[in-house]
Amino acid sequence: MLYRFRQFLESARAWQSAIVAVPYFWLLLFFLIPFFLVLKISLAEYIVASPPFSKLIQFGEEGQMYITLIFDNFVFLWEDDLYYKTYLNSLRISIISTILCLLIGYPIAYGIARSTPTVKKILLLMVILPFWTSFLLRVYAWIGLLADQGTINDLLIGLGIIDQPIKMLYTDFAVLVGIVYTYVPFMILPLFANIERLDLTVHEAAADLGAKPFTIFRTITIPLTMPGIIAGSLLVFIPATGEFVIPDLLGGGNVLMIGRVLYSEFNLNQDWPVASTVAIVLLLLLVIPMMLYQHYQAKEAEAE
Amino acid sequence: MLCLGFAFLYIPMFLLIFYSFNASRFVPVWGGFSIKWYITLFQSEEVWNAVILSLEIAIMNATFATLLGAMAGIAMARIRRFRGRVLFSGMISAPLVMPEVITGLSLLLLFITMSELIGWPTRGITTITIAHITFSLAYVAVIVQSRLVGIDESLEEAAQDLGARPYRVLIDITVPLIAPALVAGWLLAFTLSLDDLVIASFVSGPGSNTLPMLIYSRVKLGLKPDVNALATIIILIVTIGVIIAGWILSRQEKQRLLDQQMADSEKYDFSESIR
Repeated sequence: MLYRFRQFLESARAWQSAIVAVPYFWLLLFFLIPFFLVLKISLAEYIVASPPFSKLIQFGEEGQMYITLIFDNFVFLWEDDLYYKTYLNSLRISIISTILCLLIGYPIAYGIARSTPTVKKILLLMVILPFWTSFLLRVYAWIGLLADQGTINDLLIGLGIIDQPIKMLYTDFAVLVGIVYTYVPFMILPLFANIERLDLTVHEAAADLGAKPFTIFRTITIPLTMPGIIAGSLLVFIPATGEFVIPDLLGGGNVLMIGRVLYSEFNLNQDWPVASTVAIVLLLLLVIPMMLYQHYQAKEAEAE
Repeated sequence: MLCLGFAFLYIPMFLLIFYSFNASRFVPVWGGFSIKWYITLFQSEEVWNAVILSLEIAIMNATFATLLGAMAGIAMARIRRFRGRVLFSGMISAPLVMPEVITGLSLLLLFITMSELIGWPTRGITTITIAHITFSLAYVAVIVQSRLVGIDESLEEAAQDLGARPYRVLIDITVPLIAPALVAGWLLAFTLSLDDLVIASFVSGPGSNTLPMLIYSRVKLGLKPDVNALATIIILIVTIGVIIAGWILSRQEKQRLLDQQMADSEKYDFSESIR
């Protein structure tokens, strides 16, 4: 028996199963099961108790089981203008910021990929460096820049360009700047990896055949860097839609975004069922982009 | 365009540093040079407690996330077929893009349900660490996987063919090969944990304020010069760290190129001598 066990331990199979099983179990318990709990609570109703939601499954006196599914929260979200507008506004802001990230990130990624090896290394480090410093503090820096008595307004008034401060903090503009600022490295890195792999001979061939630089860019460079564009855009779009810190600090109460609504439903209103419903609907909105990203990741992993 | 892009990335950070030396309480108004905000910062017990708590969580998180993430990465890169592989790969890549509010909410609901059922875990350092491990391990797994995919399997197969036991292959061959990825993964997990506000605020309990939670509660009330001082210290530490890491990496690269050149020239000599 003991010998059998030792033999098992020394077999490749045992090691392989252990390597798979441990992280698998962890992710099932702490990543997958929690989503079912959110789904369960979204089908309950708010009651004044601890925890503040009704039970889904109850047992009668003779052991009968009652399952009560309450779809009121979903109906409530559907009928209440506030949520509808908030979801749309979140999508609008994250789409605009994804486009801005692409417009800013592409030339930077291109510039880095085309520089000499030493410069390339330094510039890459410079893109990564802000990513390692505190995200919260980088958002905070923009409060000082965008406030009514902030650096930008002071500078513009000092130069005599304007006489009244421009209202920038607590507007859509501030939230867009904040999102673009913090997420642009996520756009640059996959684009850079893609652009660096480009085969330049194709460009030369096109140029030799008389194509204009813009035509080459539009018909060759963009299609060839599409995987990078898609990966970068998804890496910006998905987290930006559910962003909490940036709309909270830079948008204040003026910019409705769903991450912030979820946070306050849960932590301030203590309405767990509605917060869970908000989360489920957000997840449904993002499930297609997330599957796209997953598909892309798997393809990328195999391609290497 | 490149310069403009980098100006956009760096000017806000320079301004943070600049205003940390401002004597005036009102951040955007220059009132002369002073280091008094650094002194206030170092004297604050609240700040020190938060720093220590955050470091404890970050170190535990990085260590466990590296261990679990390495296992997950090896599984994805080296084991072609096992039951539920598709679900597994989905669970690894989903945390990378999952909005933090959803992760935070769902984990909190789990922790509450668990502590009702089995009386564990108590909300605080344990729950924050578990939550951080869960999303950090995904990052480590991706790093380890992409490193392993780039390495030929023949080394591991050769060791196996020569009679090495599976765990010896793992410890003597695979782990040294992925060592750089493990270091990178550990550092990334460490930083991710130090940086997280949203998930920690969901799952933490009374009295356990991490550093980002403390910064957030202060920043929420407006601009605070001592927060600028803290930012300056963090930026300084990170910059030094990144420069050292970059230097070590470029030295390794040079060494590798040198080794390769030597190996190539030896190969050449060898072919010469045959002739």
